[in-house]
Amino acid sequence: MEAFLHQIFSGLAAGGIYASVALALVMIYTATHHINFAQGEMAMFATFIGWALIEWGGLNFWVAFLLTIVIAFCGGFAIERIVLRPLHDKPVLSIIIAFIGLLVIFNALAGWIFGFTIKAFPSPFPTSPPFGNRFLNWHEIGTVGITVVVLLLLFAFFRLTPLGLAMRAAAFNPESARLVGIRVGLMLALGWGLAAAIGSVAGMLVAHVVYLDPNMMAGILLYGFASALLGGIDNPGGAVVGGFIVGVAENVLGAYVIGTELKLSVALVLIIGVLLVKPAGLFGRRIVTRV
Amino acid sequence: MTTSEATAPAAPVAKKGPNAIGITIFVLLLFALPLLLPVVLPLLGGIITLKPNFMIFQLTLVIIYAIAILGLNIVTGYNGQFSLGHGAFYAIGAYTAAILMDKLDCPYWLTIPISGVVCLVVGFLFGLPALRLQGHYLALATFALALAVPQLLKYNHIEWLTGGVQGIVIIKPDPPFGIKAINADQWLYYLALVVACIMFWLAINLIRGRLGRAMIAIRDHPIAAEVMGINLTVVKSMAFGISAAYTGVAGALGAIAIAFVAPDSFTIFLSISFLVGLVIGGLASISGAIYGGIFIQFIPNVADAISKAAPWAIYGLFLIAAVYVMPTGAAGLIKQWQAKRRAAKQ
Amino acid sequence: MAKLLDVKGLRAGYGQTEVLHGLTFELEQGGITTILGANGAGKTTTLRAICGMVRVAGDIVFAGQAIAGKATEDIVRLGVAHVPDGRGTFVQLTTEENVRLGAYVRSDKGQVAADLDRVYHYFPRLKERRMQQAGTLSGGEQQMLAISRALMLSPKLLLLDEPSFGLAPLIVQEIYRILRDINTKEKVSMLLVEQNANIALGIADHAYLLETGNIVMSGTSDVIKNDETIRKSYLGY
Repeated sequence: MEAFLHQIFSGLAAGGIYASVALALVMIYTATHHINFAQGEMAMFATFIGWALIEWGGLNFWVAFLLTIVIAFCGGFAIERIVLRPLHDKPVLSIIIAFIGLLVIFNALAGWIFGFTIKAFPSPFPTSPPFGNRFLNWHEIGTVGITVVVLLLLFAFFRLTPLGLAMRAAAFNPESARLVGIRVGLMLALGWGLAAAIGSVAGMLVAHVVYLDPNMMAGILLYGFASALLGGIDNPGGAVVGGFIVGVAENVLGAYVIGTELKLSVALVLIIGVLLVKPAGLFGRRIVTRV
Repeated sequence: MTTSEATAPAAPVAKKGPNAIGITIFVLLLFALPLLLPVVLPLLGGIITLKPNFMIFQLTLVIIYAIAILGLNIVTGYNGQFSLGHGAFYAIGAYTAAILMDKLDCPYWLTIPISGVVCLVVGFLFGLPALRLQGHYLALATFALALAVPQLLKYNHIEWLTGGVQGIVIIKPDPPFGIKAINADQWLYYLALVVACIMFWLAINLIRGRLGRAMIAIRDHPIAAEVMGINLTVVKSMAFGISAAYTGVAGALGAIAIAFVAPDSFTIFLSISFLVGLVIGGLASISGAIYGGIFIQFIPNVADAISKAAPWAIYGLFLIAAVYVMPTGAAGLIKQWQAKRRAAKQ
Repeated sequence: MAKLLDVKGLRAGYGQTEVLHGLTFELEQGGITTILGANGAGKTTTLRAICGMVRVAGDIVFAGQAIAGKATEDIVRLGVAHVPDGRGTFVQLTTEENVRLGAYVRSDKGQVAADLDRVYHYFPRLKERRMQQAGTLSGGEQQMLAISRALMLSPKLLLLDEPSFGLAPLIVQEIYRILRDINTKEKVSMLLVEQNANIALGIADHAYLLETGNIVMSGTSDVIKNDETIRKSYLGY
């Protein structure tokens, strides 16, 4: 029973990570109807920056953590403005190619600057077992806690602030948004910045578990995709729920049914399964395209 | 289907290709190359220090990559479907060949068509459900496939078959009939070249034929194509299957040429290489596959000198630059240049 | 009275196709001007051109400023509110969020709150449905919503694109009664495009007749209304 509880809790911790990645994907999808294949590598690169701030810069973890989020935000903002803005009226293939280009560049740059050797990433949480329990640890509790805080902050931002409302308006109906004076292009870039910032949080939290290297986000991105699709790619709340479902399911299935060797294949099956059986996801809305 | 014929000329391929004499000279030159290289390279002295055999091996890889890129072009360039996972089919082709040779002592030349058929079937079956997905979703599904394949190949319950992480070592074939005039590398080059000629010839006929026109019609206007009576699912699945078969044939040739397969040669980055080759060479262009093959074989060699990561950084920059400045790829640029030259002559 | 909007030689179109071939018209401060015309005459394009939503050539002067070629967001900030074709509802947002978005560019918070009450006073039905998803509102309610959103800008000029379109006659009357109220009480000038000439001439003081991208006739509403030839050949009643 204890072992099972442990799997559930690890699953929730992983789920928090997947939920964050999924949310980042959903934010960009709702605003642009594009799936950002570079999301994982952007998060990985941000995590390396955090690592460098701690290891090379000698900063305290939390200072580095916050600084990295800010840097990631600016990076995401800049990428939208510089790389993607000029492509907004190009065909889908061009944009997918640009995303793949970004993926490759970040992967290569990380290896170039920081090296390909696997690095340990510190955890800000104590290593002692919490409350004398053997089936959970502080890093997992902290991961769940931080992701929940981040998600709540985002929720409050989008629901309660005029800027959040404007960003939603720009994503849902750009033309009407312009007619009330919203600078839609700026909102898009802000959305990219936020997505990159959320991704960086996920990266810094997961790096302690999976260790830091240029390819660390590949599997996590795949699970992020699966979560986003499961929850509905146009539904932020759904993506978060999807993330936690996928996290728990992955851990429990991995421990008792399939084994950990085929994790990526499980994600693949999940992705294709959702796309075939319920393309709109559990909470997404069906979109009917008119001719 | 007469109606579809009326719309087909709008597509770029319906025009006449380059002249037959040019192609013949080009192919003859390719056949002569392995015999010329050992003579020419020493003459160049210190400029190119590569051994002729290694150079020939690299050219063999160019040909193999060109076949794979041609396959990707069939589905992406001509049918407008995005695959980020063709590395997976290359892997299946390579492993099919390696396992056939390793476990069943199958003659190497026979593994090539078998790999093609295996990939045709796998591609068709993967395509059947996946192609109901459009644009991004298909890209996503194939992206996931490409990420999952290396892990699947390492799966320990099929290790007896795939050799797990170690992979499979196969024996490099010697020239047939005890021919002594050429060595093993030269023979592999000829093998790849002959296969490539067949595959390119088939591709040209495919694109100009009924199926090709249906594919292009679907790419340019899916709804109109459906109204004209083209069965979207069948044509798209066929395109995907044929495309996978091409890439599988390339994979089999690659396994024979390198004489080794291992899971980590078939990561997502292999798929991305093909995409780079496709985009740089030119979408919806038969000859573009050749330029793409040259690019992905030789650019890493040049860039490797800078850093291990440099080739990929350069790939990335080229990808994004291509989207901005040369959406038609190298093939498009060369066509433009030829058109300009012709205009200047008149 | 001063000119609020002065348009000279306006050309506009989509891609290669030119839809407007040089329109010249004006709108007086505090007035209501209507542009009448059949389907495809270019009425919607005229409004979109003023708002910078299509590529334009020619002069558009609004309140003394040249606005041709400016970005939509900047034109809106000068006080031009547009009730677009198809109503432009943010269907995923609530009614109140839709209305509030209209005041996005304003910084006078206290006045915005007062304006919200005022708008709900004009359209009490929207107040009842404040928390409802806007996509679930009826066509008439969405038209009211679009007008409310535009009013929240506290505009100098209101551009109205066929507010009667697809609505039941009673609702059309209600909407026009409120528009007249807004014009007289709040001195908001309006440029109205309509297919329904009868109702538009009832509210407007000036009218222009648009035919395939050219203005073929103009005058005060009374003149146009009472001219039998115009009525028969252009307005069809």
